[in-house]
Amino acid sequence: MTGLRLPLLGGLALAALLFSTIARAEGLNAEPRKAEAPKVEAPKPEAAKAEAPKPDAPPRAEFEAKFTYCKTCHGVAGQGFRGAYPMPRLAGQQPEYLQNQLEAFIERRRVNPVMFNVAHVLRPGMLTALAEGFRDLNPKPLGGEPRELIPAGKKIFEEGVPAANVPPCASCHGADAKGAGAMPRLAGQLYDYTTRKLTNWSKERGQDPAKPDSSQIMEPITHGLTPQQVSEVAAYLGSLE
Amino acid sequence: MRNCTWCHGSAAQGFSTAPRLAGQKPHYIVEQLLAFKDHSRDNPISKQYMWGATARLGPELASEFAAYFAALPAEPANDGNSALVEAGRALYEQGFADSNVAACLVCHGPSAQGFEAIPRLGGLSYSYLKSRLEQWSQGYHAAAFPMPQVATSLSPDEIDALASYLSFLR
Repeated sequence: MTGLRLPLLGGLALAALLFSTIARAEGLNAEPRKAEAPKVEAPKPEAAKAEAPKPDAPPRAEFEAKFTYCKTCHGVAGQGFRGAYPMPRLAGQQPEYLQNQLEAFIERRRVNPVMFNVAHVLRPGMLTALAEGFRDLNPKPLGGEPRELIPAGKKIFEEGVPAANVPPCASCHGADAKGAGAMPRLAGQLYDYTTRKLTNWSKERGQDPAKPDSSQIMEPITHGLTPQQVSEVAAYLGSLE
Repeated sequence: MRNCTWCHGSAAQGFSTAPRLAGQKPHYIVEQLLAFKDHSRDNPISKQYMWGATARLGPELASEFAAYFAALPAEPANDGNSALVEAGRALYEQGFADSNVAACLVCHGPSAQGFEAIPRLGGLSYSYLKSRLEQWSQGYHAAAFPMPQVATSLSPDEIDALASYLSFLR
């Protein structure tokens, strides 16, 4: 993971520490999927694949029906879709991140009425299978971002905004923005989705004070970015394959 | 234009099987006109009337029609079963995840106002909405992703409820 070998800012090291503390508090390490937090530092997709099949894995047909259901809104290849709301790209997304988000919807730590309805009926085995289902999809980005903002966004992604204590996005999300473990892939994400999420971060994520989660890592970063910088970095991410 | 109003009504509020065009999303109207022309929208009535009507229609004239109809004020059809409105609203807003029914709102918007090429549904007639939803399960207009999939997940009762709810929306 070249991204993590970039010089780390002090604040970022703190964020990583915070994250591993949260991961432990969430009981992620108590699951059979052990060593989740170390995976963030040295992700190996083949290690994830080598895991034993889940004992509560859903029947194939049931999985396919639910997976197709996800793609009704998130695009036929998981590339995302623009309706009245932008539906995010899930293709190539890190399974651990998707799993965390589905659980956050269910527990209303991440507030989204539609996704609550979708997620709360999922049995744990189905939830995990769906989270893993998108990993190997690799469609082209949906596009539609303002291309003139891409160069400025690339600079923020690679260098951060030191004056505003914004670390380089690449240091956690990877130089290729493909994420690792609990750190989501951002490459190819819809411009309008990323813009909305960064703008509304504190209203949508980490909504249960009794159960802080990894969304805390991004919170100060989202506050450090100006609306213009949010648009720039979102445009860059939208263009990445 | 006179040809359009013959079926869709002089104020384009729709009549019988011809849907209301007034207030529809212009992008959607253009796409549908071109879909009639290239025969990808192949529902029985479309085939009978709209294939011929659009056979010599170019994109420019399609855009002019779209802009004209989109700007007309729209009246709700109010012709559904009012007892089903609440059930329809719940389905529209929340979907039904147990049977993989998607929430219509995410694409069509919280008040069914539509978005770009995604049509406005609020106030269309019960019979038009119902037959469209039924026809996707029968294999018509298969190119309209994701609607064939969405509509196939709906039971007849759910179609009834959705078409009723939408027919009363302003």
